[in-house]
Parts: sequence; structure tokens; C-alpha cells
Amino acid sequence: MNELIVALAIGVLTGCGTWLLLRPRTFQVVIGLSLLSYAVNLFIFVMGRLRSGATPIVPVGSGTDPAAYADPLPQALVLTAIVISFAMTALLLVVLLAARGLTGTDHVDGREPNE
Amino acid sequence: MSALREHLVVAPVVLPLATGALMLLFEERRYALKGAISLASTLLLIAAAAALVPVVDAPATAVYRIGDWPAPFAIVLLADRLSVLLVLLASVLGFAALLFSLARWHRAAPRFHALLQILLMGVNGAFLTGDLFNLFVFFEVLLAASYGLALHGAGAARVRTSLHYIIVNLTASLIFLIGVSLLYGVTGTLNMADLAVRLAAVPEADRGLVEAGAAILGIAFLVKAAMWPLGFWLPGVYGAASAPAAALFAILTKVGVYAVLRVWLLLFGGDEPAAAFGEWLLYGGCVTLLFGSVGMLASQDLQRIAAYSLVVSAGTLLASVGVAEAAVTAAALYYLVASTLGVGAFFLLSELVERARNPAADMLALTAEAFGIEEEVQPEEEVGVAIPATIALLGFVFACSALVIAGLPPLPGFIAKFTLFAGLLAPTPIPNAAWLLIALITLSGIAAVVSLGRAGVRAFWMVPEGAVPRVRLIEFSAVGLLVLACLALTVAAGPVMRYVQDAAAALHDPRGYVGEVLSVSP
Repeated sequence: MNELIVALAIGVLTGCGTWLLLRPRTFQVVIGLSLLSYAVNLFIFVMGRLRSGATPIVPVGSGTDPAAYADPLPQALVLTAIVISFAMTALLLVVLLAARGLTGTDHVDGREPNE
Repeated sequence: MSALREHLVVAPVVLPLATGALMLLFEERRYALKGAISLASTLLLIAAAAALVPVVDAPATAVYRIGDWPAPFAIVLLADRLSVLLVLLASVLGFAALLFSLARWHRAAPRFHALLQILLMGVNGAFLTGDLFNLFVFFEVLLAASYGLALHGAGAARVRTSLHYIIVNLTASLIFLIGVSLLYGVTGTLNMADLAVRLAAVPEADRGLVEAGAAILGIAFLVKAAMWPLGFWLPGVYGAASAPAAALFAILTKVGVYAVLRVWLLLFGGDEPAAAFGEWLLYGGCVTLLFGSVGMLASQDLQRIAAYSLVVSAGTLLASVGVAEAAVTAAALYYLVASTLGVGAFFLLSELVERARNPAADMLALTAEAFGIEEEVQPEEEVGVAIPATIALLGFVFACSALVIAGLPPLPGFIAKFTLFAGLLAPTPIPNAAWLLIALITLSGIAAVVSLGRAGVRAFWMVPEGAVPRVRLIEFSAVGLLVLACLALTVAAGPVMRYVQDAAAALHDPRGYVGEVLSVSP
């Protein structure tokens, strides 16, 4: 059940993100990319399998049964992915504003389609 | 001494990183100082890469465990013949672009040197890493720097094309992440050598997931390698970027080709799905070739022609990699080096030549004003050799790089294509795909001759009287350096070819690679 909910959530996020990414206005594209990156981050996280009540950190001197713990690696990966996509979105916003200022339109091609 | 040698593998990553960070500490106006440090560091980088060549040109590959952790648990850097060759190529190209930019371009906008060094770091890291997620991180590093460089010099055209470039590459990065995490979810490892071992033991039920993950990863690599229909972003961005940035970008599509070559042959060498992917590469590469050739014929602007010739070379590389024969791969590697140098020189040259045609539209002066960089160093004595000798020299260099791009003798483009054909015609019976590829490569060569010939006539024989471009010696020496490297590649064709053949043989038989990585224990 848990897995179904998470899978649906990722699917909805990806679907919305893809649709927005294909829109002609730069702001829609940015939001689409953000939604897509949320979906991808969740996806990476889930690749370590869904576990509830399991910590990723093994305390010193405690049991060494790896099955009792969550996989820490995807959590580290997702942190990296979040930071990178966050920074890139910030950069994209700056370029978006510059493009808006230089071309006078927020269309991704820098001109209105019927001009 | 041996300790220094041991750490040599990490030098191509650490050196540009440290230099790039150092650049941020200096005030923006200290161009001379920054230029000198940047130049010295890039020279050191070339020396480090050259010093690595004899280390890896032996049966053993150099494995560097970061933090001295054992191999599958932490990131390893791995230098073998292929990666060192590409690191050397990237640093030579970086040096030439840097030298060229010192004449004027590095003043056009802030932080040029830092971005250039970080780009070199990302490229070298991507070539050296042995970890799939680390490959992603280095991809992001080089992309982030390339966004800055694509925007370098500003202007509406650059901002508009960079917007497309950033969006396409961000999407490709997300696709990359999905592929990596799928592979991790099934196998539980990210180390490429360990992945190669574990993939063989994946249960039948999970096979589909692995193949889907690898295919998604392949899409991400092919976006960077600009395979048709994933490469429409390339001509616009490269055609609009400032000359030194565009010359540097010539190596970026090669990073995508390298990733395909490395990951595909290492993880799936010889498997059933691998053969299917090879066919995709072959035919996709053929279409890319065709697309690039048509684009070259249709372009007027020199820099756009150069951008399309990059598409052509990406197509040639992908198609010949898709053949999956060691002899063809070796020829493709030689072609990669030759075409990168040739196209890099052509990008630099195109700006010098365009300067003659519309000296009034000096973009640089405009942007410098826009940025308020009213530098005190303005009395820039125009040392430009404003005599027809400039035209003659430029013409000679233009002809050289055109010969490399079109693949005509005596320069390395010809040697590369010749060995490529020899490799394609080696198996009996000769497959139909080989004939197709040979026909397309020949056609693309003709298209390049027509397009470059026309451009050359317009650039050198139809210049209005007295319109001689003011070229500074430093700019010319940057272009000359790349052309000299091409000449050296011709003279040393024998040893280089032997080197790339060994590299290709190791690629097609990755057992040595896997053994090296997994056997080293602290």
C-alpha cells in the first residue's frame, strides 16, 4: 500500500512536470523542472526500498545485521541531487530574468509565436 | 617521488579546482595576474596529463582510491589509456582557449578564469572517475561551468540560446539520475567495475529493470553527445557562444561519447541488449552525420559551420562506436582527438576572420561598456599585425583546420577516416551497415569541403579592400598551437595509433579494468 502511494505520487509529479516542461512560457518550464526534480529525488530515495522505523545509522557496538537498517546511500545521493538541482534552478531563474529583460517576452524562443 | 607519482592521477581534478577557487579571491580587474596564474596552472595540467601517459601505457591501469577506502565502497579514480588521452586533449584545448581569451575575451565578463578552470576540472573528473554517481556529479560541475561560459559576453542571442541549453541539460541530468538510481536499486552498487560483476548475476526477473535503467542512462549520455534527435540544442548554443568558450565546448560532446563508450562496453560488453544498443548507436549516428552535413551546407556564418561540423564528428564517433569492433573503435578514438583539435582551431579562427568582415560590430567593446568595465588599461596598443601577411597566415591556418575537418590528406583527419574505413572493411562478409557508414562519412567529407571551401572563398578572397582583421600575436599563437598539435598528430600517427589500439582493445575486454579496480586493497 505504501509503495503504491509513493509510486502514484512520483508518477503524478513526473506527469505534471513533463507537461509544464513542454509549455512555451519560461516560468512554466521552471516550475516543470522543479516538479520533475522533486519526482526524481523521491525516486532515488525509494530506490533504497521503502522502510518505516528503520534508521540509516548503525550505532557503535550494536547489532551488525544490515537488514535492520535502512540503506543510507540513497539518502546521501538524494542530498547531492537536491543541492545540485536547487542551485541549477537558481541559475536558470537568473537566465530567465535576463532573457525576459533582453527580449521583452517570456516565451522560451525569445519572441511571440505569431510575430 | 613515488608518493608524488601515486597522487598524479588526482592532479587533473585537484589542480583546476584549486586554481578556480584561487581566482575568486582576486579582484576582478587584476586581469594580468589572473591570466598568468590560469595559464601556469593549465600548463601544469598538460604536464601532469603528459606524465600520466607513460604510467598508464602499460598493462596496468592506475587506480586511485579517494580517502584510501577499499574499492567498491568508496569512489575510485581510474586512469587508463583512454581517460589519460582525453584528459591530455582537454588540457591542450583548454590551454589554447585560455591563450586566445587573454587577448581580449577574458575581460568581456567577470569570472572567466574561474569558470574555465572549473570546466576543465569537471571534464577531467568525468574522464577519470570510476563511479557512476560521481560521473553525474562531474557532469554537473562541467555543465554548471559551461552555462556560465555559454553566457560569457552576454547579448540577446547568447542569453536566449543558453536558456535552451540549460533547460535541455537540466532535463538530461534528471534522466541521468533516474537511470543511475534504477541501476543502484537493482544491483546495490555504483562502482562501475563492481556493477559489471554484479550485473552478470542479476536474476532474470530484474533483467528488465536493469535494461530500462541502462537505456535511460544512455539517453542522458546521448543528449550530451548530441545524437540526432537529441542534439538540436547544439548548433544554436555553440554558434552563439564567444569564440574561446565555443572552442572549449568542442570537448563537451566528446564527454558524452566517452560516457557511452565506457559504460556501455564495461557493463554490457557482448550481451544481447548491448548488440541492440549498438545498432541504435550506429543508425542514430548515421542520421546525426547526415543532419550535421546538411546543416554545414546550409550555414553561412563560420561559427555555425563549425558547430555543425561538431555534430558531424559526434555522428561519426557514435556510429563507429556502435559498430563495436576494436579496430573501428581505435580509429574512432584517433578521429576524436583529430576532430576536436581541428574544430577547436576552427572556432577560434572563425572569430578572427569575422572580425575582418564587420569591424564596426565589435561586440566586445559593446559588452565591456554594458558591464561598466571602463578599464584603465584601455590604451591597448593594437599590436595587431595589420598587414596582408595576417590574411595569408589566417588563410593557411584556415586551410589546415578545414583539411582536418573534411578529412583530406595529409592531415590527421584523413588518417583517421582511412583507418576507420580499413576497420569497417576488415570483417568478411562486409556488413551492409558498414557500407552505409562509409558512404555517409564520404558524403559528409564532400559536404564539408563544399561548405568550408565556400566559406573560405568568402572570407579570404572577397574581403573589401583594406579590411584586414587586427589579429594579436597571442590569438594567432593559440590557433597555431592547435594546428601544430594536429600536425604533430600526423607525424606521430604511428605511436598514437598503437596507443589508441591498445586503449580500444582494453575497452572491448574490460576484465582487466574490473580486476584492477576490485583487487586493490589498502
